[in-house]
Amino acid sequence: MYLNYIIRRFGMFLLVIVLAVTINFIIPRLMPGDPVEAQLATLVATGAGYTVDITAMAEAYRAKFGLDQPVWKQYLSYWWDLLHLDFGYSLANYPDTVAHMVTSALPWTLGLVGTSTLIAFAIGSLLGGLLAWPTVPRALRAFIPLLMIASAIPYFLLAIVLIFFLAIILKIFPAAGSHQFGAILRFDLATIKDILHHAVLPATSIIVAGIGTWALEMRGMLTGILGEDYITLAEAKGLKGDRILLWYGMRNALLPQLTALALRLGHVVSGVILVEVVFAYPGIGYRLFQAVQIKDYFVIQGTVLLLILSIAFALLVMDLIYPLIDPRITYQRR
Amino acid sequence: MTTTPGRIRGSVRALRLNLLLTVGLLIVICLLLFAYLGPLLTDAKRAEIGAFKPKQRPSSEHLLGTNTQGRDVLAVLTLATPQTLNIGLIAGAVGIGIGVLLGLISGYFSGPIDPIIRVGTDVFMTIPAIAILVVVATNVRAVNVVTMALIIASLAWRLPTRAIRAQTLSLRERGYVQVAKLNGVGDLELLVKEILPNLLPYIIASFVATVSWAILATIGLEALGLGPQNEYTLGMMIYWAQFYGAILRGFWWWWAPPIVMIVLIFVGLFFTSTGLDQIINTRLRRAV
Repeated sequence: MYLNYIIRRFGMFLLVIVLAVTINFIIPRLMPGDPVEAQLATLVATGAGYTVDITAMAEAYRAKFGLDQPVWKQYLSYWWDLLHLDFGYSLANYPDTVAHMVTSALPWTLGLVGTSTLIAFAIGSLLGGLLAWPTVPRALRAFIPLLMIASAIPYFLLAIVLIFFLAIILKIFPAAGSHQFGAILRFDLATIKDILHHAVLPATSIIVAGIGTWALEMRGMLTGILGEDYITLAEAKGLKGDRILLWYGMRNALLPQLTALALRLGHVVSGVILVEVVFAYPGIGYRLFQAVQIKDYFVIQGTVLLLILSIAFALLVMDLIYPLIDPRITYQRR
Repeated sequence: MTTTPGRIRGSVRALRLNLLLTVGLLIVICLLLFAYLGPLLTDAKRAEIGAFKPKQRPSSEHLLGTNTQGRDVLAVLTLATPQTLNIGLIAGAVGIGIGVLLGLISGYFSGPIDPIIRVGTDVFMTIPAIAILVVVATNVRAVNVVTMALIIASLAWRLPTRAIRAQTLSLRERGYVQVAKLNGVGDLELLVKEILPNLLPYIIASFVATVSWAILATIGLEALGLGPQNEYTLGMMIYWAQFYGAILRGFWWWWAPPIVMIVLIFVGLFFTSTGLDQIINTRLRRAV
């Protein structure tokens, strides 16, 4: 049964990859006109191509698109390149490859998304658990509308407000970047302190906007669980309130909460991309932003593919682990 | 059985009881009034480049000041708000249209079509919308408000399809649908006369959620610089403010108004859709 589930889930993963690659292949070719001419024209117009030899670039571009060949051949060679992790060259930084540009940005994004989502998840779940508890003080309940508002605000708008108050007016934290400009990154205390100092504001904007969603989700889940018979039994046995809440209520709500995390992963990552743009934080999102500014098409494409691939992979892993850690789940087809 | 007047009275009572929905609708109505009456009272020339002395703080002459290009920020805001709402409404309408169609077909007809639509929706749900939208928007030359809305709409059908399919699945098994089917009512008539009217509350709730999603997606694309370059929208206001360093240079009156407006839009729509969900689910609980 579990094997069947694995196969179905893996098939789904492959479908996502095929769809993503196919969309990336088709869309540029759907647009009228010669994509090479059009891309180079915009590139020259934005002034980004002045550093490199235009004709060499045009050749690279044309070879990449393979426009003189039949479409199915173009499609196959596109796949061939991708399977060899060849995403082409950056147009603005010509000899630099897209694969290198994107992977060098990846650690920054992973660090930022990972830590801030974990913190938001932990604080939000705890807060939501408390708020679902019937005897919680009234003052705490006043948080609920605030949480709702926080969960409705896009991360990057909060980021702008934070920059204004904490970086421009109070000057406590830096307004941009991931480390001191021009600093050499070494593995020592000063560097780590510097990096953390720069990460506080971007992380805070993701955490504050994220807490609301997790808290509301947890509260909804717990309200259902608190009506279950085993909670009544625990109360009848005379167990203490905090013990019931933590070990009988929240423990059972935590795993479904993980599913919610999986469902929202795409949303979280999109939010982080924009936060990086606001902070000029050198991760995937800022790379994408820079590439969009100068229409560096291969970098855009490579970033997008990497993004889809990593999210699809993360979801696959989560889905495969989930039935193993939650015995309540069945592998049956819905 | 509830009579129609009874149902209406019930809805009015639910509205009074449901504080969230009331506050949400109030915010949305105020926004709509501002968005669609505001431009009539605004001189579009005030929003043009060099209309006034640049970088003025808010004053009685310019309630929200002017930006570095000499545009009156309030005038730009007034012209931008309806455009952003338009993108959301167009994308939401297209998305809900496709979603209702696919959801109905998928939920009502068992057979090869249902798994295709279901798996297709699941696959598209896995891909982060911003990734596909960036690829599409990069390839479309000369983006305007309508093309922007259509780009967003290309992915706006996913949530409604899922929601409508689930509801259709459960409606299909209800007694009255089964009875009508046994009486020889055709599939099309059954869908239009029996199932669709009962889906209406879900369609409305999905529509509100989809509009909110569409506006979030537009603002994200615009912040990346992929929005309509020659038109006023709230996302482009933030993009340009960021582009000209308004945040670092302390021109708060340039970026704060669009942010406040966007937050109002999201909070209003979120309250409305949560309130609607609560009403629909209470009705469901009573019906069972």
